[in-house]
Amino acid sequence: MLKIIKRYWLTISSPSKYYSLGFLSLGGFVMGIIFWGGFNTGMELTNTETFCTSCHENIYEELQSTIHFTNRSGVRAICSSCHVPHEWTDKIARKMQASKEVWAWVTGTINTPEKFEARRRTLAENEWHRLKANDSLECRNCHEFEYMDFTWQSERAAQQHSTALMSGEKTCIDCHKGIAHKLPDMTGVEGF
Amino acid sequence: MKNVIAVLSFLLLTSLTNYGALAEERLITEGGQTTATLRNGPIDEEASPPKMSKVENNDIKRKRAYPMQPPTIPHKIDGYQVDLKVNTCMSCHSRKRTAESQAPMVSVTHYMDREGNFLADVSPRRYFCEQCHVTQAATKPLIGNDFIDIDQLINNDSPKSH
Repeated sequence: MLKIIKRYWLTISSPSKYYSLGFLSLGGFVMGIIFWGGFNTGMELTNTETFCTSCHENIYEELQSTIHFTNRSGVRAICSSCHVPHEWTDKIARKMQASKEVWAWVTGTINTPEKFEARRRTLAENEWHRLKANDSLECRNCHEFEYMDFTWQSERAAQQHSTALMSGEKTCIDCHKGIAHKLPDMTGVEGF
Repeated sequence: MKNVIAVLSFLLLTSLTNYGALAEERLITEGGQTTATLRNGPIDEEASPPKMSKVENNDIKRKRAYPMQPPTIPHKIDGYQVDLKVNTCMSCHSRKRTAESQAPMVSVTHYMDREGNFLADVSPRRYFCEQCHVTQAATKPLIGNDFIDIDQLINNDSPKSH
């Protein structure tokens, strides 16, 4: 084993005998583009709705009647808009975390509506914790506090946003749980 | 007793309709027979639904048309979930939430069972808010409404010299 490693190290550390510098550097560049493009395309593929709904189908149905799917202006959020960070490093971190979810897919943790229903609270709590920890970053990617015009909000909304949200005492998810999904059994959840 | 129930249910029905211009009652002639109808077409055809109205969303209490009237909901309730898992209305209107929400607490009768015993939480028979409490919209009532407030009724009946 050590011999093989040594042999490869020797090959890699010594200068090229047959290929020109131009070929190697240009080849490396082209391969880099192909690899990087392929990697990113692959990752973006796991951000599409078709990919998500291949397991989370019933959740997709629930989403359709909510404001984040159907509304007057036709702007909508897809799964990854809210559930995957938009910044590249955070996205990679989340995707790595998701490798555990691939295992859930293999073992069929939520492959029936009943199984999904049984795990709904756990799954919801994961997302609540994530959004609580990052100050509802995925909400704020579109709904930025700085650009909220309270005069366009109902009095009650303006009141809450100008106090609890402005002071940082609360973040979006504290009040807007279940904004795009049905809520699980909320027994014992703060605010219910 | 029957009369009382009849009057009460009439009051309930009349009070829940909003005032405004009346929708026109239409006369439809079919097979030599003329019928008055509130539908926008013959009975065997799917009528086009009326335009959807905006729900009142001003958070201002309306006067109750009679003392026992369930208060109307003065705000939008789109997507509010009320089922076995959760009652989102209660996340503002329950006893324990009103300090933070400053919303009116559901009346104490909602915390009583049918024998009048007090319960720790909302009684299951009062759980589904929208059975009695409804949002309001400015729509044309389909039928006339000659509801008279009880105070007005008493005033009208009392002798002028009084």
